[in-house]
Amino acid sequence: MALNYFQPLFDVIRDKDRCIKCQACARQCANEVHRYDGDLDKMISNSQQCVDCQRCVCICPTGALKIVDNPNKFRNNSNWSQQTMTEVYKQAETGGVLLSAMGNPKEYPVYWDKILLNASQVTNPPIDPLREPMETKVFLGKKPKDVTFNEDGSINTETTPTLELSTPIMFSAMSYGSISRNAHESLARAATELGIYYNTGEGGLHKDFYQYGANTIVQVASGRFGVFKDYLETGAAIEIKMGQGAKPGIGGHLPGAKILEDVSRTRMIPMGTDAISPAPHHDIYSIEDLRQLVLSLKEATEYKKPVIVKIAAVHNVAAIASGIARSGADIIAIDGYRGGTGAAPTRIRDNVGIPIELALASVDQRLRDEGIRNEVSIVVAGSIRSSSDVVKAIALGADACYIGTAALLALGCHLCRSCQTGKCNWGIATQRPDLVKRLNPNIGYERLVNLVHAWDHEIKEMMGGMGINSVEALRGNRLMLRGIGLNEKELEILGIQHAGQ
Amino acid sequence: MKKVYVNEDWCLACHLCEYYCAAANSGAENMIKAFANGNKPIPRIRVEEGSGINFAVQCRHCDNPICVKSCITGALSVKDGVISCDESRCVGCYTCVLACPYGCIVTSENSKVISKCDLCMKNNNGDPACVKGCPNKAIVLEER
Amino acid sequence: MKKYVIIGNSAAAIGAVQGIRSVDKEGMITIITDEAYHTYSRPLISYWLEGKVTDEKIYYREPDFYEKNNVMTMFSTRAEKIENGFVVLDNGGKVQYDKLLIATGSKPFVPPMKGLDEVEDKFTFMTWDSAKAIREKVTDGTKVLIIGAGLIGLKCAEALYHLNADITVVDLADRILPSILDVRAGEIMQKHIEQKGTKFILGASVEQFAKNSAKLTNGDTVDFDILVVAVGVRPNTELVSEAGGKVEKGIITDLHQQTTIENVYAAGDCTVSHDCSSDTDKILALLPNAFMQGEVAGKNMAGEETLYLNAIPMNAIGFYGLHIITAGSYDGDADITEDADKEIYKKLVFRDGLLKGFILMGDVARAGIYTSMIREQIPLTDVDFELLREKPQMMMFGKARREEKLAGITH
Repeated sequence: MALNYFQPLFDVIRDKDRCIKCQACARQCANEVHRYDGDLDKMISNSQQCVDCQRCVCICPTGALKIVDNPNKFRNNSNWSQQTMTEVYKQAETGGVLLSAMGNPKEYPVYWDKILLNASQVTNPPIDPLREPMETKVFLGKKPKDVTFNEDGSINTETTPTLELSTPIMFSAMSYGSISRNAHESLARAATELGIYYNTGEGGLHKDFYQYGANTIVQVASGRFGVFKDYLETGAAIEIKMGQGAKPGIGGHLPGAKILEDVSRTRMIPMGTDAISPAPHHDIYSIEDLRQLVLSLKEATEYKKPVIVKIAAVHNVAAIASGIARSGADIIAIDGYRGGTGAAPTRIRDNVGIPIELALASVDQRLRDEGIRNEVSIVVAGSIRSSSDVVKAIALGADACYIGTAALLALGCHLCRSCQTGKCNWGIATQRPDLVKRLNPNIGYERLVNLVHAWDHEIKEMMGGMGINSVEALRGNRLMLRGIGLNEKELEILGIQHAGQ
Repeated sequence: MKKVYVNEDWCLACHLCEYYCAAANSGAENMIKAFANGNKPIPRIRVEEGSGINFAVQCRHCDNPICVKSCITGALSVKDGVISCDESRCVGCYTCVLACPYGCIVTSENSKVISKCDLCMKNNNGDPACVKGCPNKAIVLEER
Repeated sequence: MKKYVIIGNSAAAIGAVQGIRSVDKEGMITIITDEAYHTYSRPLISYWLEGKVTDEKIYYREPDFYEKNNVMTMFSTRAEKIENGFVVLDNGGKVQYDKLLIATGSKPFVPPMKGLDEVEDKFTFMTWDSAKAIREKVTDGTKVLIIGAGLIGLKCAEALYHLNADITVVDLADRILPSILDVRAGEIMQKHIEQKGTKFILGASVEQFAKNSAKLTNGDTVDFDILVVAVGVRPNTELVSEAGGKVEKGIITDLHQQTTIENVYAAGDCTVSHDCSSDTDKILALLPNAFMQGEVAGKNMAGEETLYLNAIPMNAIGFYGLHIITAGSYDGDADITEDADKEIYKKLVFRDGLLKGFILMGDVARAGIYTSMIREQIPLTDVDFELLREKPQMMMFGKARREEKLAGITH
């Protein structure tokens, strides 16, 4: 091309003293950045294709590689950043909608990092989690309002169906098709071993994973992919996906090129056709319609499974949540604007939706104000990055958290944000068999188990520090939180005081 | 006895096992030194690449080792189940190459003698380098 | 306590010792050998002559082998006959046995040739002693005439080349190494060896010897300082035949390596084996075969029943850096690839839906995979034929067999 507007974003730096020309980098780069030149007897790298996935850096046996930002800079401009300008060039060239993957990377405030936790001293002493029993077990579902008694005087312990979690963390919805079969296997096995749940996403449930059904949440999304009787009956709970934090208000799109035989069979659509999930469920146009779907699903599964309704965090999320709580759903899942995705229009991902911290606080407060907080459990998602985020979320009112990006990081993802190309070098966001092989579920599931165990232990440490020995006592306990660097309005919405108060 | 086994479901044909093996058996201090100055040490494990299937092959340390029985000099011998070659006795006749049903005896243009996997008995205190170096747990050290 | 007696001290004998001791640690083992040395590797005598292998390295087993395995040895002792459960020795002694193994190998065959008596410095090339004798006589420029362009004759020639001898090789056959190579492969190897100055005269034999020259049937006269006769070997079968045991081309044994004489076994170059690639009986004078037969004999002698199955001809040999690996029989449909410039030749022979034999020259890597196909009689329908033709590789087998062989997963 005569004029190349698109300079490489990254520079591949190879330390010649360390490189032994083993060619592992060339063999492992799906973007064909590296190659071995026999005539020159050297490794040559073409940075143009590099997406900074770090696969070559991680696999190099002598640590000879570094990926850095390409120092080629446009002139400094606080208003027109280099990236913004390049996006205009792209659209001038292609006329297309910009697509991105993973969560919103823009510099909006991260409220988790402006909230601090309490610790006990002197009065209400802290608890040592290595010495005292700490309860991180959580039940998700409708909680009874009053204690009722049976005829014989015993307490009535029957409830509507709930999900039992060994720790308040679950794996978020990621569809088979956007991620690989091996990624799903890792999530399913880890969820089973940990005693938590993973979510099928809108891609249906692969037949090989029916065996993990007791730890699977099956999703019914607007495209209804893969939804049929066995699917509903195998899962432990059913999630109706009304929206997704990364792309509120629009549906999903998996290109036909990714609908290979296995994906086609699992989604129950023909091979090679685009899998388009429409923006709305075309049978849900009001809260009454939602209630009808909730009850249909419960009828179909004999009222044995809790139903979750997942919504994106948008401006009037509190009102929506209130409606859902009255619709018969057992759990509300709220997905904040930082949530990840396999592919979404860039502008929607970066500009639509609100932070989960604020959404959570306002939903929890609203449901309490209306006296219906016990009708549903609240699960939050949208960039829960660490155990401290989990603790803060629970203190703000959540019952549990979904982790998506963090789980993929455990499997090897380096957030290069190129999922939409289908050439994930870590075997996660791809269907190419040679790439999918790179994610060995025997390794993947162990890493997920390690991650959640570590977070569970840290949660216990933080709770112990606060003098709390059970998650129930942490839930909604906003007195355990203080804000820092937040303004009056933010503190008011979060329902917490400023540090020092 | 623990032996090295390869699972072709996970082999990515990255060939790192070959490099780790070659470096471990080269006598050099580290991998960079092993391959410095144009040196090309020979690996004793080798990857076979096919369409969509790859796996690495190295000595199976057979219970009934035909190579040992065929060796004309007695250079190949068994100790505690591990078959190794005394390179000072090998004359490069290749009778073992003729005999080994896995084709795992390695010959090289640069060396008259053969080499073969000996489970890193002389390196790393018997901790096979290929197992440690495989990035996808395609190669494991197990009793089966 | 059982008494085991082994006549012979080479590969078959050692295999037998290891076979016996794997079952019976207590029994008495006696080795009777007419040579004076600790067991040494017969194929290594040419390497020794060349100077590539030292006196220490020619031995087949470590110095304390007999001690470690509790074996009594009688060196420089000939067994004369077998009689009533005893071996009668040339020194008059008698050794009693419960189980006897004949591992007497073979002796060089010297055909009657006119005028041979007049030649002073004539040698065969089977023993370390003969190699020692040759070395004394050869120096820079010594003219050597070798009769026989087979494995032994050419290995001797290679050794002598390194001693700077001037070598001529004569053979009646139309090609060198006729027992293992076909015409074309023979041509390529001949050219390779001729580059070292060795002269070949094929399709001819000696009509008449004089003290230092030979007149050939093709009219040529070759002058020489020393003569080496390497036309062939004859198995040492007299002990068995004279004791009434069945002997044809060699000593006849069953699959347990037992002869037709009770408690008497035989193994190695002196026996006839069943070649499963050609489904015929023949002497397979190869070290691997000898060792494995000896081991089987030893185990049977000690009471553990074992059979020797899947014997095939197989050879690995090289001359001046060009290697050949061959196995099986060449009777069948041949598939040939050749690159004469690179001295690469490959012939695969198929028959009855099986790989029956092969000749590999130049590129011999992983030949054992082909060998296993012949020995185990794996049907061609079980492998990917194109991959088989390309090169020996485990990839040509199906997933089930690969998992069995490489991943220890049995199906």
